[in-house]
Amino acid sequence: MTVTEIPLWADLAASLLLVAGGILTLIGSAGLLRLPDLFARMHGPTMGNTLGLGCVLLASIVVASALAHRFVFQELIIALFVVATSPVTSILLMRAGIYRRRGDGGTDGKVVAPLDGNA
Amino acid sequence: MKRWRWPSLTLFTVTLFLLWLLLNDTLAPGQVVLGLVLTIVVALSTAAMRPLRSRPHHLLAAVRLFFIVLFDIARSNIVVAGVILGSVKRRSNSGFMKIPIDLRDPYGLATLACIITATPGTVWAGLSPDGHALTIHVLDLQDEETWIRTIKHRYERPLMEIFE
Repeated sequence: MTVTEIPLWADLAASLLLVAGGILTLIGSAGLLRLPDLFARMHGPTMGNTLGLGCVLLASIVVASALAHRFVFQELIIALFVVATSPVTSILLMRAGIYRRRGDGGTDGKVVAPLDGNA
Repeated sequence: MKRWRWPSLTLFTVTLFLLWLLLNDTLAPGQVVLGLVLTIVVALSTAAMRPLRSRPHHLLAAVRLFFIVLFDIARSNIVVAGVILGSVKRRSNSGFMKIPIDLRDPYGLATLACIITATPGTVWAGLSPDGHALTIHVLDLQDEETWIRTIKHRYERPLMEIFE
């Protein structure tokens, strides 16, 4: 199967989606550097897990459908599994962070704002 | 182990079966039979791990909630991107907040946890032992009222409709 078999519109749409997904994931990862603490940093990579991944999967659907001359949507299963599993690790990380902070003697076990460094 | 019983035709078994056919991209008779056998085996062997029966109803509400969540995820991606690329002041607005919660069904709460955490900008940080207060971490904690309203109206109410 050669690349030239993909129609131009599918090629364009998939490329745009891939670039958009890449940019979103890059911004999300940049959040790891730019955000101030562990808890805030957890929000960045979620972008790559959701809309970033969504764009890449949509691109995959477009190309696969154009190649197979029918609607291919198996990629949706990937989205389902990622959305069902990645929050579990996020929540575990969040809980670990909270318990570590409690270990520092910061807030005697209570989860209350404000966080260190914030007003 | 509970005594052996024929697995009822639940959403779980139907979903498993459809998932198998979708993964194999086929409707060939052999795969349909194999899928049926596998589905029954999996449903039986994991029954002990799923002690709580969930009876979701209002599938229409579930479909509507799905699209609401999809829209919210897309929108908050843009918002979080704005925060990350924004000024230092904008970036150090994060914090914990508490939300009073009325949803009690464990499956409903699990779904709520997934929705909140899968949405960029909010992460589930725990439920109080009595189950009345939910703690979440918000990246852009400007006014708590809006967040409480969003979560209670857009997510919690449909989830209570579906699971309770």
